[in-house]
Amino acid sequence: MAVQDTAGEAPGKASFIYDPKVRSIAAQIALAALLVYVGYSIVQNTAANLERQNIASGFGFLSTTAGFGINQSLIEYTEESNYGVTFIVGLLNTVLIAIVGIFLATIVGFIVGIARLSHNWVIAKLATVYVEVLRNIPLLLQIFFWYFAVLRALPNPRNSASIFDLVFLNNRGLIMPRPVFEEGSSLIFWAFLAALVVSFGIARWAKQRQAATGQQFPVFLWSLGLIVGLPLIAYFVSGLPVSFDNPELKGFNYQGGMSVIPEFVALLLALSLYTAAFIAEIVRAGILAVSHGQSEAAHALGLRHGPTLRLVIIPQAMRVIIPPLTSQYLNLTKNSSLAVAIAYPDLVSVFAGTTLNQTGQAVEILAMTMAVYLTISLLTSFFMNWFNAKMALVER
Amino acid sequence: MTDLSYVRTQEVPHEAPPAATTGLVGWIRENLFSSIPNAILTLFGAYLIYLLVPPILDFAFFSAIYEGVDREACLAEGGGHVGACWPFVEAKLGQYIYGRYPLEERWRIDLTGFLFLILLVPALIPNAPFKNINVILLLGAFPLAAIILLTGGAFVIPVWLWALTVIIFAGVVGLALMPVFAGQGTVSDSKGALLAIAGAFIIVALIYGVLSYDFGLIAVETPLWGGIMLTLVIAVTGIVASLPIGIMLALGRRSDMPVVKMISIIFIEFWRGVPLVTVLFMSSVVLPLFLPEGVTFDKLLRALIGVALFASAYMAEVVRGGLQAIPKGQYEGAMALGLRFWEMMGLIVLPQALKLVIPGIVNTFIGLFKDTTLVLIIGLFDLLGMIQLSFTDAKWSTPVTSHTGYLFAAIFYFIFCFGMSRYSIYMEERLHTGHKR
Repeated sequence: MAVQDTAGEAPGKASFIYDPKVRSIAAQIALAALLVYVGYSIVQNTAANLERQNIASGFGFLSTTAGFGINQSLIEYTEESNYGVTFIVGLLNTVLIAIVGIFLATIVGFIVGIARLSHNWVIAKLATVYVEVLRNIPLLLQIFFWYFAVLRALPNPRNSASIFDLVFLNNRGLIMPRPVFEEGSSLIFWAFLAALVVSFGIARWAKQRQAATGQQFPVFLWSLGLIVGLPLIAYFVSGLPVSFDNPELKGFNYQGGMSVIPEFVALLLALSLYTAAFIAEIVRAGILAVSHGQSEAAHALGLRHGPTLRLVIIPQAMRVIIPPLTSQYLNLTKNSSLAVAIAYPDLVSVFAGTTLNQTGQAVEILAMTMAVYLTISLLTSFFMNWFNAKMALVER
Repeated sequence: MTDLSYVRTQEVPHEAPPAATTGLVGWIRENLFSSIPNAILTLFGAYLIYLLVPPILDFAFFSAIYEGVDREACLAEGGGHVGACWPFVEAKLGQYIYGRYPLEERWRIDLTGFLFLILLVPALIPNAPFKNINVILLLGAFPLAAIILLTGGAFVIPVWLWALTVIIFAGVVGLALMPVFAGQGTVSDSKGALLAIAGAFIIVALIYGVLSYDFGLIAVETPLWGGIMLTLVIAVTGIVASLPIGIMLALGRRSDMPVVKMISIIFIEFWRGVPLVTVLFMSSVVLPLFLPEGVTFDKLLRALIGVALFASAYMAEVVRGGLQAIPKGQYEGAMALGLRFWEMMGLIVLPQALKLVIPGIVNTFIGLFKDTTLVLIIGLFDLLGMIQLSFTDAKWSTPVTSHTGYLFAAIFYFIFCFGMSRYSIYMEERLHTGHKR
């Protein structure tokens, strides 16, 4: 910027200390030296402190037996598993809450965002109130509200609220029937996969045909029919191999079925409703960013309201919506670390919490935890850069 | 032919007047019942309001208990329905505001808050006079006064800090005298720079002096701090400390020097990529390991360092947005006038860029204000922490205690954050005029 290579024009006049290049290099060397020194002394201090506290450094602790239970695990986990497995369990739980939360937040966010633009006064105001209230109250408070004030106030298992005596909601969580896949049920999965592939093929073919001949094809209905129908046919053909294990009240709690722990429900509700408020604003801004002339031009070309939205407004709005949407997804993933406050067994809770307290390997554990979040965040930003480059308007 | 008549012999019956398009009825027709789907939506909305609003109002006001001295007042007779237990909040309000700060020393927090308000309010009003003095007092003198008032002052400035300060200033003097060493000038040529350095040294020495001076205030340890006061201390310190660091990082990220640029990018992306919870864990568990033996920070200071570094990465991105919004002509104009890099940045670019990003800074502050609640995870009692703590008081244990506490916290945070976001929108509209193209 200010540093311009002008030294060459005045040979021999100015001292080298006025040379911007020399100054720049000197400043950088000084900064790098300072950082190396700080880094070196941190390493030295840490090593000395660890030695004084008799803590062995290194990642050997990962193969030590953990000895504590985790109340939700996607892979097999017992108290005899080692800390490495604990890490994986926590990581998977973080990924689980992030994926389900993103899914829910997107749906709620888009509905609220579109509702804010509604011509209906009541709906628009309701959506505005939703956004303003939810995003101005700290997420942790919302998590506490759902966990301590709502879910703890639910009835005990004996007085559960139930839907058709199949799904039960009580202060131990949400209990649902669990599907049991018996022999032959893989056919259903393959049928589903085949339906997906065929649907993609149909969509491509229909697009090419429309481009060539102008004839349209009901792609959506066909795909829906295939995706629902093929697995259903497979289900009957293979002789009804899927049964359901229904929960039953035995003693003080339910046996069988599949239960979702209340921590998960509270965290999921708080995270997705909170993030949905931000997504709603992004969606609204994205739709408003498409100039009014676009929809007028589409109407002038004879497109009806539906196709105008689908073919003109939404593709242009998505270009504006997707970058900030991705960063909200990232925020949701990072905010899932608040799980530690209500002891949902996510990465921070079981690994940077319990494991750290038990082993005292603070440096290694926090480095691993932070590395996980950093990796997710960097991957997302690589995706964003790729997406922005792909979607950038090609201007003349 | 004669029986055909085209002439009407009777008066046509009056047509109904067109539907009202003005007034209340017209408004309702257009905004609520313009079509059948619209009417269904309106009814659905009205149903949602019916589901949500009456129970909330009922809990907060109509069924609420307003007077009482302990839990007896808020227990429903015969297991009936009871609303919010406001006497609980009233009894705990002192703790919610001041934490466990000693009762007889609470005036110090009041005084700090008062100073903060009288300095902050004129700084926020765009047309208020004496803006420069105001901002210098707010960002320079006020933090010093607040540190002394809240902690009690009389710090022992360690020798190594003095030594470090002297070494840094000696280094700066050496840099200023570079031309003399290079045989390009005399000491009198660098007089201006030397005077400025001397002035800065005197200010730093004064700050050390004031911090170590004993004003006769009782020392209040930070574990006693809490409540709204701690929330504000963390949020304000975070934002005040992150502003200069953030500006440096933003300049670094746009720098031509590869080393500076890379370091800035790594720093910013690192802090932005990790959740605040892990940063707080790190500051409370790992930071003590990084320090040499004998140097210890208290828990609050460690959390503040973590929050400040975290916030500065976000601040850097906000400032960078402002820097990018300044047209290239401004940089080129400054260079054409012969300004050096720091003169150009300090006099031309940053004043414009920072003005542009005031809304962004306010938004960062709102985020930070909400995020201060996370410090309860590492055992500091901010407002939410104090509220959580107060639920354990057996004297007030009722089924509605926690609901009341959360409602109070929600109202508090909502008023603060909503107010700030309105201010940010107001500033945005105000600042937009000059740069509309």
